[in-house]
Amino acid sequence: MNAFGIIGTYIAASVGTLAIGLFFRWFDRKATAMVQWRKGPPWYQPIADVLKLFSKETLVPSTARRTGFLIAPAIGLAASALVAAILWSAVLMPGTGFVGDLIVVVYLLLIPPVMTIFGGLASGSPQAVVGASREMKLILSYELPFFLALLVGVIHSDWSLQLGQVGAVPLYSISGAIAMVLAIIAMQAKLGQVPFDIAEAECEIMSGVYAEYSGPPLAIIYLGRAMMLAVMPLLLITVFWGGLTATPWGIAAFIGKYVLLVVLVTLIRNTNPRLRIDQIMKFFWLGLAPLGIAAVVIAVIGRAWAIKWL
Amino acid sequence: MNWALRKSLWVYHVNTGACNNCDIEVLELLTPKYDIERLGMVLVGSPRHADVLAVTGACTRQAQPRLQEAYRQTPKPCVVMAIGVCANAQGIFTEAYHMGAGVDVAIRAVDPDAIIVYVPGCPPKPEAMIAAAVKAMELIKTL
Repeated sequence: MNAFGIIGTYIAASVGTLAIGLFFRWFDRKATAMVQWRKGPPWYQPIADVLKLFSKETLVPSTARRTGFLIAPAIGLAASALVAAILWSAVLMPGTGFVGDLIVVVYLLLIPPVMTIFGGLASGSPQAVVGASREMKLILSYELPFFLALLVGVIHSDWSLQLGQVGAVPLYSISGAIAMVLAIIAMQAKLGQVPFDIAEAECEIMSGVYAEYSGPPLAIIYLGRAMMLAVMPLLLITVFWGGLTATPWGIAAFIGKYVLLVVLVTLIRNTNPRLRIDQIMKFFWLGLAPLGIAAVVIAVIGRAWAIKWL
Repeated sequence: MNWALRKSLWVYHVNTGACNNCDIEVLELLTPKYDIERLGMVLVGSPRHADVLAVTGACTRQAQPRLQEAYRQTPKPCVVMAIGVCANAQGIFTEAYHMGAGVDVAIRAVDPDAIIVYVPGCPPKPEAMIAAAVKAMELIKTL
């Protein structure tokens, strides 16, 4: 692939993922409204939100480090756009990936949360600093189970670190199912949704890490979160659920899986209260991490003796 | 751009010494019966995200500088919604020893061109607040 191809893929994937992500933002809010017996916002709501935020004033607090404060959301958005490009090319054009692109994706997925921490600390507001420290603890909590879950997927695809290596679907086995559950919970934490929204907790620390953002930077944060909402289910489908097969039935199944995962995020968000910091750390480290290690062990045993259902 | 602002007003709720009655009525707007989100309005946690400051309470001397600071921190263009008779004209607390200047006077001291929407009532009905929100949208059209 030449340079133009790469840049074209990057732009096409980011615009497409953004459109999907904004649609899912609306879908999420509409589903929330339906759960609560409300009517909910109209379909153009996320577009109106983003346009409005871009047309508003940018305020920078006097205590903030200006450059870091303003550039952090943009870097986060660019990183999630890069993940989107890698994932979509692995899904739509199997074989165009490179060895180890799964590791690149995992690292790039860490950049948006790190950039929220960076922006929160740069804003110089006590609330944002508390939010940033909570976000840090959240990352420390969910990364280990997330890695272990992805490792199970790697083992199932015959120790291949390349995305979209279609083999047996990991989900239809014991270890794969456990890994999928872990990955869904880690996805919830990565998206910063309730029960893991300690970093922004509106009623305790006034939107936490995002408290000082206004206008265009807030719009970029909004877009970045919409993008993550589109990217994370895509990663889970690619690694655990067989990706996309180019038949009409395969495409329908792919869309179904995608929507199902977003509905799961919404339903978990609507049926759970926010957890405390210590509860979250205990849950991930003492609850999910041993489960992840067990899943890895089961997967390795299944691999060694060629037992499909382990 | 006015279209987007009209369709997505984010509300930050400022209490300047209200008796909690108006606040309960503001919360009522989020419930299934009135559901303000169908107009694109949501409650946000920080004045920097807000387009509407929903002010309740009579604006006491203690609260007045805070209200003015919250208004300064709201990115413009924004709308101030004075909810309840206390926020409109200080109600029964007029001339009391602990009162500030009144919500509209305090806001106009910061920004003479501020858009202020008055919602009378003690407390105003949620329908009145929705009507005020629609009026604010009409005002934004003329910006």
